[in-house]
Amino acid sequence: MMNDLITMIAAKYNYWAFIVLMMIGLYAMIVKKNLVKKIIGMNIFQTSIILFYISVGAKESATIPIIAHGHQEGVIQATAYINPLPHVLMLTAIVVSVATLGVALALAIRVYNQYRTLEEDDIQSQINQI
Amino acid sequence: MKTVAILTVCLCGSLFLFCTMEFPNWGDPAAPASMHLSPYFIQNAEKDAAVPNIVTAVLADYRGYDTMFETAVIFAAGLACFFLLRTFTRKRRNERLFRHIPTGIVLNIKAGGKIPDDPSKFERIDSHWTPNDLIIKTTCRLIIPSIQLFALYVIAHGHHSPGGGFQGGVILGASFILLAISTDLRSTVRRLSERTSAIMASAGVLIYAGTGLLCLLLGSVFLDYGALAPVLRSGSVMARSHGILIVEIGVGLAVMAVMIWLYYNISSAGKHDEGL
Repeated sequence: MMNDLITMIAAKYNYWAFIVLMMIGLYAMIVKKNLVKKIIGMNIFQTSIILFYISVGAKESATIPIIAHGHQEGVIQATAYINPLPHVLMLTAIVVSVATLGVALALAIRVYNQYRTLEEDDIQSQINQI
Repeated sequence: MKTVAILTVCLCGSLFLFCTMEFPNWGDPAAPASMHLSPYFIQNAEKDAAVPNIVTAVLADYRGYDTMFETAVIFAAGLACFFLLRTFTRKRRNERLFRHIPTGIVLNIKAGGKIPDDPSKFERIDSHWTPNDLIIKTTCRLIIPSIQLFALYVIAHGHHSPGGGFQGGVILGASFILLAISTDLRSTVRRLSERTSAIMASAGVLIYAGTGLLCLLLGSVFLDYGALAPVLRSGSVMARSHGILIVEIGVGLAVMAVMIWLYYNISSAGKHDEGL
């Protein structure tokens, strides 16, 4: 019983780390009143997803997805190389996260120029006064 | 509000944790994600495109559409920041700071004062200005060219080692951002103007889409680089390899230009006069 538990923890602990990161990001996006902190939460969330995909692509005793010695003859064993597909997807996801971060910061600057604050409560009260 | 959020987060987290029971173990070679599409890519990337780096082959060839629109997305992000932030109305500053270079004395010139005209003796500096350290300037002068050279290597060698257009483009953009941080925004804009970076960003997307269109004109489907063989004077497999390189150069150009453009606009809130 105890041994089963330990093997399960050893086999799945990577997912747990990503879930903890993801929940930290989600919590920051829900609770934090400062817009920049919300953006940071969104970035933590995206990072956890990226790590999750990369870990799904891992294979035991396999190497990076670059064919060794280039241009070799014969059959290539799929188990000798880790899964390249999550890497490709996350390469593009990182770019999207940079793009969303840029646009989000630009919007935050516009909000700051308008209301002279980044705190959600102050912005809300200013909107209510109008 | 806080307790509701904590409850929601804990509930979601425990649901996710419960679901991980069904997930494949860490590093399991028989995981469902590794069973269906990826063996095909691993076994055929080398044969189809003569590219040992499978990630590059999948990125630019098998999933070419994805990457093309990805480049369009970052171009759109640069454009969105430009439209959100850029202001062209120049506010007259009532005071300007100039530094006398030989002595390091800073002059504060009020509105209507005479602005020193000898640029070899006086340099204009920002109002939240910290003195540029000699160590920082010299270090950046040494490492920026190395960073740029490495970025070009990363773009050009993406076929055989980890790398490619996105990574190399980001490194190239970071070198310009380092220049802007170590000196000031104005002198960086003088080296690489906003107009140039915008043109480079659109040129990068155009190179990518144009390569696809050229394949179409040469009688194949969009982004099938094998059709470029007569133009590149090589076999159809090598043409795919060269096509991937052309496309990666386009991606690198677009990513570099957009990174610089985003930095210019966000660091100065669209005014481009004083950066960080």
